[in-house]
Amino acid sequence: MDGIALLTVTVLAVFVGFEVVSKVSSTLHTPLMSGANAIHGIILVGAIIVAGQASDPWVLTVALLAVVLATANLVGGFVVTDRMLEMFRGRKREVTAAKKPEAKEGMR
Amino acid sequence: MTLIDPVWTSLLYLAAAVCFILALKGLNSPRTARRGNLVGAFGAALAVATVFMSVKMDNVPWILGAMVVGSGVAAPVARQVKMTQMPQLVALFNGVGGGAAALVALLELAHTEDPWVRVAIVFTLLVGAVSFAGSAITFSKLQELMTTRPVVFAGLPTLMGAVLLAAVGAAVAVVFSGSLALALLLLVLGLAAGVLLVLPVGGADVPIVISLLNAFTGLAVAASGLVLGNVLLVVAGTLVGASGTILTRAMAAAMGRSVAGILFGAFKGGSTAGSTAVSDRPVRSSSAEDVAVLLGYAQRVIIVPGYGLAVAQGQHTAAELALALEARGIDVDFAIHPVAGRMPGHMNVLLAEANVPYESLKEMGEINSEFRTADVALVVGANDVVNPAAKTSAGSPIYGMPILEVADARQVVFLKRSMRPGFAGIENELMYEPQTTLLFGDAKESLTKVLSAVKAL
Repeated sequence: MDGIALLTVTVLAVFVGFEVVSKVSSTLHTPLMSGANAIHGIILVGAIIVAGQASDPWVLTVALLAVVLATANLVGGFVVTDRMLEMFRGRKREVTAAKKPEAKEGMR
Repeated sequence: MTLIDPVWTSLLYLAAAVCFILALKGLNSPRTARRGNLVGAFGAALAVATVFMSVKMDNVPWILGAMVVGSGVAAPVARQVKMTQMPQLVALFNGVGGGAAALVALLELAHTEDPWVRVAIVFTLLVGAVSFAGSAITFSKLQELMTTRPVVFAGLPTLMGAVLLAAVGAAVAVVFSGSLALALLLLVLGLAAGVLLVLPVGGADVPIVISLLNAFTGLAVAASGLVLGNVLLVVAGTLVGASGTILTRAMAAAMGRSVAGILFGAFKGGSTAGSTAVSDRPVRSSSAEDVAVLLGYAQRVIIVPGYGLAVAQGQHTAAELALALEARGIDVDFAIHPVAGRMPGHMNVLLAEANVPYESLKEMGEINSEFRTADVALVVGANDVVNPAAKTSAGSPIYGMPILEVADARQVVFLKRSMRPGFAGIENELMYEPQTTLLFGDAKESLTKVLSAVKAL
């Protein structure tokens, strides 16, 4: 893609980014941060491209290090965000989920 | 060999970019958030599959092996990490992302002659390295591998200035020469700048640093997208940059300070204007049983959890107390100040983990008008975020910081360790008001006592 087209996409992405993110409820700011963190793990695509073109063993080593770091970022980011969001429950589900352990405690 | 046509490559990257936007859009509400995150993960998988099919690839087994190693390390950590340790983990992932971007830029230097591409490369190198080193220091502070206090020494501002100046010089030289040795020097200078940036920041200001480094990594990834001519990286990086910027600004606003003031405040050796002499005016301290009576016969209780609650690991007890009060027909909400916890929104996650439904977690703007109708405001391990001095005393270091208006409630109960002032080092006049009751002790122990007393009512 040529420079001007990339620049156009960049500028538009800035506006989309601010538009979408400013609507995120502040209750979810931590998942927002860890989700955004996961998204920048997509640098993996860049790391794979570089590693795929490497012929020198040193270059390959550095590129593979980048692949390891980026994969850790990407996979870990999405997994931990999912774990966090799973915990945000509404009132209805919460009542059934919270009552049960209490009943068990009573039996003990 | 390439399996698919370049047009398809572009379309699949576009689809992945849309997935990322939808992932962030899902976070508008806790109901749609989890699905959004899965859409984002799908987009990432799609993008990775696309890159393997679209470029001529060598070393495929090696690359796949590196991916297995990366996910093999990260997934178990992500599954097991404690919610109180979330800020550390986010800092860690943030750092490795920035590091990966810097390495990619370093290796791309050999593939280009275009000075504009080199500009994007030096930018990625520098910002990625700052993010990597800064995150590493943030991680060490949060994990308490090093002191959480601001680390300041005499020549720090001068040293920082010199490093930045040298980095700019090296960056310009790389753009004109394309020299790999100078690029490595730039990388080292970037790492040094990252360390120097975070060292003087104190523990309570960490939320802002995490947000800022998040924005930095986003920018580094977006710039690496310009280097590789890859739209997806540009869009993804820009989205992250936007989220980091917005969160940084939100945190600064919630502290009533400027971003620059927080980052460079320690350089000046922040003098606290507030009275340091602890006054011996009388306060009304009380027993857990009395507090339980206050709470148990109220109609509406608002709990204000602060960082002290998280430190004492008392969030589960607080949630149980809320449940016990609700069982008595009392209306209970949690009022969350934006800087409660060690990263933006951290307290919400801690309480969600303790099974508090998200409808009960109220933001500052939403709950402030409701304190008027509350019988009791129960402040647990918080101080500065409820200190009226932020509104009334113009000389106070926290003047201008938005606070939770607990003084509007009919009764205020503080669960506090001691009369020691909060992080800002200033006294809280609210403690001496006639409507205020204090219960001294560790937040979790006090909550446990109050909880059993409420159950005994």
